[in-house]
Amino acid sequence: MEALLKVESVVKTFPGVKALDGVNLNIYQGEIHTLLGENGAGKSTLMNVLNGLYSPDSGTLRINGQPYVFRSPKDSIKAGIGMVHQHFMLVYNNTVFENILLAVSDLPFWLDKKKLRIRIKEILDRFGLHIELDEPIRKLSIGQQQWVELVKLLIRDCKVLILDEPTAVLTPQESDRLFGFLKQFKEEGRSVIFISHKMREVMELSDRVTVLKKGTTVKELVRGEFDETVLAGLMIGTDEIPVWEKERKEFKETVLSIEHLFAEKEKNMSDLIDFSLELRKGEILGIAGVAGNGQKTLAEVLTGLKPPLSGKIYADGKDITNADSRKAYIAGIAHVPEDRKSMGIAPEMSVDENLILKSYKEKPFRKFIFQNFKAIKENAEKQIADFAIKAGPKGTPIRLLSGGNIQKVIIARELSMRPSVLVALYPTRGLDMGSAEYVHKVIMDARKDDMSTIVISEDLDELLKLSDRIAVMFRGRITGIVDPEHTSREEIGLLMSGEAAQ
Amino acid sequence: MIRFEKRKDASKLFTAVAPFMSVIFALVTAAVIMLFAGINPIAAYAGMIKESLGSFYGVSETLVKSTPLILTGLGVSIAFRMKIWNIGADGQLYMGAMGASYVALYSGLTGFTGIAAMFAAAAVTGGLWAGVSGFLKAKANVNEIIVTLLMNYIAIAWVSYLVYGPWKDPNGFNFPLTPRFSPDLVLSTFFNTRLHTGFIIALALVAFVYIFMEKTVWGYEIKVIGNNPKAAKYAGISIDRKIIGVMFLSGALAGIAGFGEVAGVQGRLQEGISHGYGYTAIIVAWLAGRSAIGVLVVSVIMAVILVGGDSLQILMQLPVAFVNLFQGLILFFILASDFFIHNRPVIIRSGK
Repeated sequence: MEALLKVESVVKTFPGVKALDGVNLNIYQGEIHTLLGENGAGKSTLMNVLNGLYSPDSGTLRINGQPYVFRSPKDSIKAGIGMVHQHFMLVYNNTVFENILLAVSDLPFWLDKKKLRIRIKEILDRFGLHIELDEPIRKLSIGQQQWVELVKLLIRDCKVLILDEPTAVLTPQESDRLFGFLKQFKEEGRSVIFISHKMREVMELSDRVTVLKKGTTVKELVRGEFDETVLAGLMIGTDEIPVWEKERKEFKETVLSIEHLFAEKEKNMSDLIDFSLELRKGEILGIAGVAGNGQKTLAEVLTGLKPPLSGKIYADGKDITNADSRKAYIAGIAHVPEDRKSMGIAPEMSVDENLILKSYKEKPFRKFIFQNFKAIKENAEKQIADFAIKAGPKGTPIRLLSGGNIQKVIIARELSMRPSVLVALYPTRGLDMGSAEYVHKVIMDARKDDMSTIVISEDLDELLKLSDRIAVMFRGRITGIVDPEHTSREEIGLLMSGEAAQ
Repeated sequence: MIRFEKRKDASKLFTAVAPFMSVIFALVTAAVIMLFAGINPIAAYAGMIKESLGSFYGVSETLVKSTPLILTGLGVSIAFRMKIWNIGADGQLYMGAMGASYVALYSGLTGFTGIAAMFAAAAVTGGLWAGVSGFLKAKANVNEIIVTLLMNYIAIAWVSYLVYGPWKDPNGFNFPLTPRFSPDLVLSTFFNTRLHTGFIIALALVAFVYIFMEKTVWGYEIKVIGNNPKAAKYAGISIDRKIIGVMFLSGALAGIAGFGEVAGVQGRLQEGISHGYGYTAIIVAWLAGRSAIGVLVVSVIMAVILVGGDSLQILMQLPVAFVNLFQGLILFFILASDFFIHNRPVIIRSGK
């Protein structure tokens, strides 16, 4: 059988980086094809080539055997390739119908809206979807917004659908619904390119898996040839995934208590509504929830980026509701790959300078009004060695580091403040397995030293692995706290959708 | 077909060379225009260099012109570091000149105290003038570009009012000039040229700004804010206060340029003391890559173009507009080079 879409030895270089170094990829008709690889393996570059955003330096794309050159995303769409990005390309104030309209390329000058609505309705019915066409996008849940993105591609009669970590923003139930859709889509003889880091999903969906590493294709496997260990092994290059035992601990002292916290709404994010939580000394508290239910606001309030409207925060019995007094107790880390700026780094500045961001005013980094460059340099050398940061030549702007190394810089900086509480917002999102593992290890090690951590994550596996307790957030409140050893994904999923608050 | 792609990382060499390449492109383009005007561009450029650097007097004139450029350029580049666009250095220069003139004409101070007071008054008036937009930016997020730009016109018109009205020299045959400052309030000049102490002050301030930006905790804070205000906030830096402070400092430096012009060059306040230095300062700061040392170097180069351009008017009978056109071309090509530093053209051949 000939491949529907064939990528042949595609090379793409950026100055100093060979992002793709002879990648091969074969997408057959009617299959779900998973693309696996650590961060920096070249997945996004390859997707951007398929998208028509980048033109490859060499190599060919073939569709049904015919060579194609995409000059712009338009060409790619014409060829029947469509992509749902991690960040939806939607106009928030416009209605669902208007957004779908944007995707229709052959719009006539006089628009027959009725006809178009019928066409959209047909698609919705075919896949059993329910979306109100006249509702503005901002009123939809994230899951529904994703459906709108999918309908946009379906109306263009897209033959190859690319999904970039589609479940990162979904509840388990919503994910299941998406998987159902993908299977039906496949039955119609269309193909899906699926990118995910979550092994469970990869195992459930994939007919075929291609593993990328350092811009080349490591292996192509069909169903039956792979299991989780094999895939993880191919990705990180060793055959075992480290598993470590979490020692049981008794927690007595309360280190942080949040009482009746209210915080302001931002954009389409939920605010915090009468939010209360107790954190015990030395524990790792996971916070689960679908993105946009107030987790980010919680992290921002705790780390002092945003003032609460009302409520109190106490540490060791002391009132630290005032942001300045909180700095000494709470440190924060976050990894938001799409928005490096929200990660608490100054992107153009060096690693040395970023490492002192929180302590630049203190000794030994400051001498009177001057900076003590010797101390700054020594500190950097020590942290770079301790945390095995690949920092590049001296003075390299931090934005040029890989996501994992940037995260290490942030962790090094935050932990050097010896905080009693660490707030970790999506600490491993988008990180490759090696770096993610490292972040987990650091958090676990700090737990031994009685530091408490609040881990906010959308990855249930991560939370189940790390946490001593998992609190589930929905619309700015906690809907339940569960013990990771005595719970199920279903229970957490229900709490995440706000259905079962006990 | 040609398309542009974002560069992942701009090469250091290219980044460093690009501004100079844009000056060369500007020179070539200007040469073409000169050819159309029937002028030999090589002779014109040779004349420019000769006039501005070929004699002791030429060099001194170049340094005189570079003095206000250095000072305003420093001011603009400090604000640039924080990603604040101070387009109003010209107005701040005028206000500084006014502050210095007020002290000279009406305070009764003399000698060194008088000069020191003039210097301080210029810095404070220039600083306050710019501080207004800093305050508005910090407290109400009013766009500083608009505010600083529009306040230029107010400052220039205000100085015009003063020299046509209340401050006009009663013995000045109705010319719009203030009386001359008393000789002990005029900066001393060197070697029988117009080169004055203001140039030394400018050099000292280059060193000051360099140390301030590169070595102090404040310089660090300003860099962080310019890089990522959110990270700055997280680090506990009070952004609002820094914006106001930096704008004040930026305006103060431009104000000192005004002090240099009235106390060093003119010896009185009059209209048109600036020749658009505050606008040229934007080019200077951009070319200099916001570094203090860079400002010094670029200011001298720009002064060569200004002095040489003036001489072209006499030598080649070219209009003033030509010098302006020349500056415009340079800025244009610099902006273009900035685009090419961050993007690269990709030639795409063949269709399907």
